[in-house]
Amino acid sequence: MDRAIKLQLSTSEMNYFPDEVIEHIFDFIPSHRDRNSISLVSKSWHKIERYSRHQVFIGNCYAISPERLIRRFPCLRSLTLKGKPHFADFNLVPHEWGGFLHPWIDALSKARVGLEELRLKRMVVSDESLELLSRSFVGFKSLVLVSCDGFTTDGLASIAANCRNLRELDLQENEIDDHRGQWLNCFPDSSTTLVSLNFACLKGETNLSALERLVARSPNLKSLKVNRAVPLDALTRLMSCAPQLVDLGVGCYENEAEPESFEKLMAAIKKCTLLRSLSGFSEVAPVCLTAFYPICENLTSLNLSYAAEIQGNHLIEFVQFCKRLQLLWILDSIGDKGLEIVASSCKELQELRVFPSDPHDEEDNNTAVTEVGLVAISAGCPKLHSILYFCKQMTNAALITVAKNCPNFIRFRLCILEPNKPDHITSQSLDEGFGAIVQACKGLRRLSVSGLLTDKVFLYIGMYAAQLEMLSIAFAGDTDKGMLYVLNGCKKLRKLEIRDSPFGNAALLADVGKYETMRSLWMSSCEVTLGGCKRLARNAPWLNVEIINENENGRMERNEEDEREKVDRLYLYRTVVGTRKDAPPCVTIL
Amino acid sequence: MAYEKVNELNLKDTELRLGLPGTGQVKEEKEVSCVRSNKRQHQSDNEEESTPPTKTQIVGWPPVRSYRKNNNSVVSYVKVSMDGAPYLRKIDLKTYKNYSELLKELENMFKFTIGEYSEREGYRGSGVVPTYEDKDGDWMLVGDVPWDMFTSSCKRLRIMKGSDALALDSAL
Repeated sequence: MDRAIKLQLSTSEMNYFPDEVIEHIFDFIPSHRDRNSISLVSKSWHKIERYSRHQVFIGNCYAISPERLIRRFPCLRSLTLKGKPHFADFNLVPHEWGGFLHPWIDALSKARVGLEELRLKRMVVSDESLELLSRSFVGFKSLVLVSCDGFTTDGLASIAANCRNLRELDLQENEIDDHRGQWLNCFPDSSTTLVSLNFACLKGETNLSALERLVARSPNLKSLKVNRAVPLDALTRLMSCAPQLVDLGVGCYENEAEPESFEKLMAAIKKCTLLRSLSGFSEVAPVCLTAFYPICENLTSLNLSYAAEIQGNHLIEFVQFCKRLQLLWILDSIGDKGLEIVASSCKELQELRVFPSDPHDEEDNNTAVTEVGLVAISAGCPKLHSILYFCKQMTNAALITVAKNCPNFIRFRLCILEPNKPDHITSQSLDEGFGAIVQACKGLRRLSVSGLLTDKVFLYIGMYAAQLEMLSIAFAGDTDKGMLYVLNGCKKLRKLEIRDSPFGNAALLADVGKYETMRSLWMSSCEVTLGGCKRLARNAPWLNVEIINENENGRMERNEEDEREKVDRLYLYRTVVGTRKDAPPCVTIL
Repeated sequence: MAYEKVNELNLKDTELRLGLPGTGQVKEEKEVSCVRSNKRQHQSDNEEESTPPTKTQIVGWPPVRSYRKNNNSVVSYVKVSMDGAPYLRKIDLKTYKNYSELLKELENMFKFTIGEYSEREGYRGSGVVPTYEDKDGDWMLVGDVPWDMFTSSCKRLRIMKGSDALALDSAL
C-alpha cells in the first residue's frame, strides 16, 4: 500500500476526479493485496476497483464460488486458481479429494467473461473443461497448468485447435494421459502467435514434423520445452528455426551421438544468443551437456534436477562456467565439492534447489550433500534469497553460520532426509540452528523445518518470524505449546502444514479466530481428535473443517461416535461459501 | 511394531521367516530414532524399539513430488518374463500410474488373468503371481510397496504360474 499512501491524496479530494482517472491511478497498483486494500477505502473506490480489476488470484478454490467471483469482478481477464493442499504433492491427499476446474469454466463461460489467462495449480482438469474453455473465450491467450491431472492430450488438442490467439501453453509437472494422438497437428496453419510452449511432462511420442512446422511458423516463440520423445537431431532442427529462443527445455538424447549430429547441434546452439534458461535433460548422456558450452555464460536459469544420468563431475564442469546464474535447480549428486565450486563461480545466484537423487537411501551413496555445501553456498552467494535443500545431515553450527552469512533469506526450506535426526556432531536438537535463521532473516516468508526439533524451535519462530507466511512442520515438537507459539506469534501466517507431530486439541482450539486470518491449516498424524475437530467446526461456522479418512469407505468402519478417536488428516480453511458439495466419501466435512 | 522379549531373548533375532515382502526387513543397524511410522502407535513413544523400522515405510517422505521421483528413477524399461512364454517383453514402468494399470497391461500382453490381491494373502485365485526383482536382488511380490517406491526399485518382472506359483501361494 506504500505507493498508494505516497499519493498523499485524501479520498474526498480524489473523488473530484472522474472515475476514469481514478481507475488509471489504480492501474499502477497491480498487487492483488494492495487492490484488496484499495477496495476497502470507500464505496466508490470499491466500485471503481471492482470494474477495473482484471487479474484475480484465488489461493483456495473452495474459499469462494465462481458465481460470487464473477459478480464482483465482471471484467476479469486473468484468473489464478489453486486446488489441493500442498501435501497432495506427497501422496497425502486422496486422488479424488476435489479441486475441480469444471464449475469455474462453466460459470465463466455462461457469464461471458472475457477470460484471457488461466493459471491452475493442483486442480483436477478434464478434457471437457478444456474443450469448453477453448470454445468459450475468443481472446484466450494463456494456459498454465502446474501439478494438475485428470486430462489427456485430447484436451490439449481442443486448446490447440480452437484458441486462435493462443500465446502460452505451459504444462508443468502434470499427470497427463498421453493418447499418443496428434494434438500438435491441431494447431491450425494460421496459428503463428505462440510465445511459450511447454509439454515436457508428456510421456508419449511427439509428432516431430508437426512440432517443427509449428515452431517454424511461430516467430515470437521465446520459450520451448519439449518432452523425452524429441531426440537430438530434431532438437537441432528446432533450434535452427528458432534462434530467438530465450528458454529451452531439452528432451532426450541418444546415448551415442554421432559426431556429425553433435556438431550440427553445437552450431545451432551457438546461434541462440538470446538463450538464458535451460532445463530438461532427463535422459541425456553427459557429453550432450557440453554442446551448450558456447552459451553457458549467458545463462541465468539452469534446471538440471531431472538429469539423473549426469554424474557430479560433469555437472560441476558445466556449472562453473555459468557465471551469470541466478537460479539453479540441481541434484545432490553435485556433492559438497560441487556446491563449493558453485559458490565460487555463481556470484549472482538468488535461488538454489538441491534435490535428492536417492530419496529412499537405497544406494549406498556417499556423494550426497551435507551442511558443508550449504555453508559454502551461503558464504559465496551474497544475493541468495531462496533455498530448498535436501541433505543427509546438518549441524547447529552450520545453520548459525548460514544465518550470519545470509540474512536476506525469503524462503528457507531444509529437508534432512531422516526424520528426527539431531545435529550429527553434538547429537542435540536443531532448535538453535533454525532459531538463528529466523532471528537473522527478518524478511523470511516461507520456512520448512526438519531434523530433531523440540518445542523450543517454535518458540523462536513465534518470537522472530514476523513476516512468516508459510510454515511446514514434520516430525517435530513435543507438546501443544509448540504449535501455540507459532499460532500466537506469527501474525502474518497464512498457511500452516503439520505432519507427524504431537500437537492436539488444546493447540487447535486455543484461538479459533486465528484461522480467519489464515488461508488454511493441515494436520496429519498428529494428536487432534474427532471431538476436538467437531468443537472447532461448531465454534467457527465460517471454516470448512475436513476430515480425510484412511480408508475410502468413510468413517463408518470404526467407532463413528468415538470422539477420542484421533483424526488421521485434518484440513481446514476459511470460506465464504460454506460446505462444498463435491467432496468424495473419504472426506467428511464437519 | 514391538518385538517380543521373552526371557531376555529377542526372538526377532533368531526368527526364521520366508519374509513376506515389505515387512520388517532390517537393512542395517542404525541409531535408534523415534521415527513415527504412518501407522498410528498406540503405546508411548518413549518405549525404545529394539530394531528400528525401515526408513522406507513412511508415506510421503521425503517430501519429493511423485512426478519428480518417477522421473529420476534410474530404472525405466524392465524386462518381463512369464513362465512358459517363449520370449521376454520389455515395458517402460514410467508409462503407468499405478498397479492396476500395470497389471492390466501385463494381462493383455501375456493373455492371462491375475487373481485378487490382498495385503495379507498376495494374489489368490488364478495360479498366476506377478513378482519382481528389486535393487537388492531379492524377488518380491508385486503390489506390496507404494507405487513410486516400486518403480524406483524394480529391475525386472517375472510372472510366475503353474507349480511355482502354487508353491508360493501355499507358503503365503
